[in-house]
Amino acid sequence: MERIPILKMGQFLLVTIQVDLYDRLALALEENLIQEITRHNPRGVLIDISAVSIIDSFMGRIFSNIARMAHILDAETVVVGMQPAVAITLVELGLPLTGVRTALNVEKGMKLLVNQTDTNENATSND
Amino acid sequence: MLPATTNVTATETVFVGHGKDIMLLVALIRQHASEVGLTSLDQTKLITATSELTRNMLNYADQGQVIIDQLTRGKQRGVRLTFADNGPGIADIERAMENGYSSGLGLGLGLPGTKRLMDEFHIASVVGQGTTITIAKWTND
Repeated sequence: MERIPILKMGQFLLVTIQVDLYDRLALALEENLIQEITRHNPRGVLIDISAVSIIDSFMGRIFSNIARMAHILDAETVVVGMQPAVAITLVELGLPLTGVRTALNVEKGMKLLVNQTDTNENATSND
Repeated sequence: MLPATTNVTATETVFVGHGKDIMLLVALIRQHASEVGLTSLDQTKLITATSELTRNMLNYADQGQVIIDQLTRGKQRGVRLTFADNGPGIADIERAMENGYSSGLGLGLGLPGTKRLMDEFHIASVVGQGTTITIAKWTND
């Protein structure tokens, strides 16, 4: 079966979605990613969707689920590289993408994750 | 001047019975949309609407067919899609068109959201017989 690769990069997991997701592939990604988070205990997850040309309400729900599950497992999620046409379509469709943080590109997304997790650690060490 | 009449210049029918069919259908519709000259943004809106409606069809009716028509109307060109199934039908269409209403698996954004993406949206349904949804997107000139 086709599979979206999940790469471990230091303290982060990197997912680059290179194809448009159909239902089973999207659900498999959700499941595999949660397993990898449990296995590697990363500080953050970066999902690159620059090759994704459709996000409908099903796909939107998958991204929301991933972000919320990752958050429960103590990892922050950032979705990066959304195509402009996809962003416009999402807004008109009325999709909220609850709990999903976004950044313009991989570099900015990585910065966001590093800052975010640093802040969390400082907050914890000050307790 | 008489209003321009709508003519069908090409037509194709696709059967949908599996989640994987959505991707093939979407690729086909993008090709038709590109042929009539829809902008990249309008192509994205059309295929997102397609994905939304096809998923509904599979969820509620297991299978159905999609008719793809290329249209002309005066100087305008367009794509019209007809999603037809023999599923359970929708008892209260007005309610199904409300934001946030869902009888099943979705977020309840499907139908009203899809309507916002399209230039034309028409729904007809008979309980116990099925649902037919027709959408269209036109070029600007």
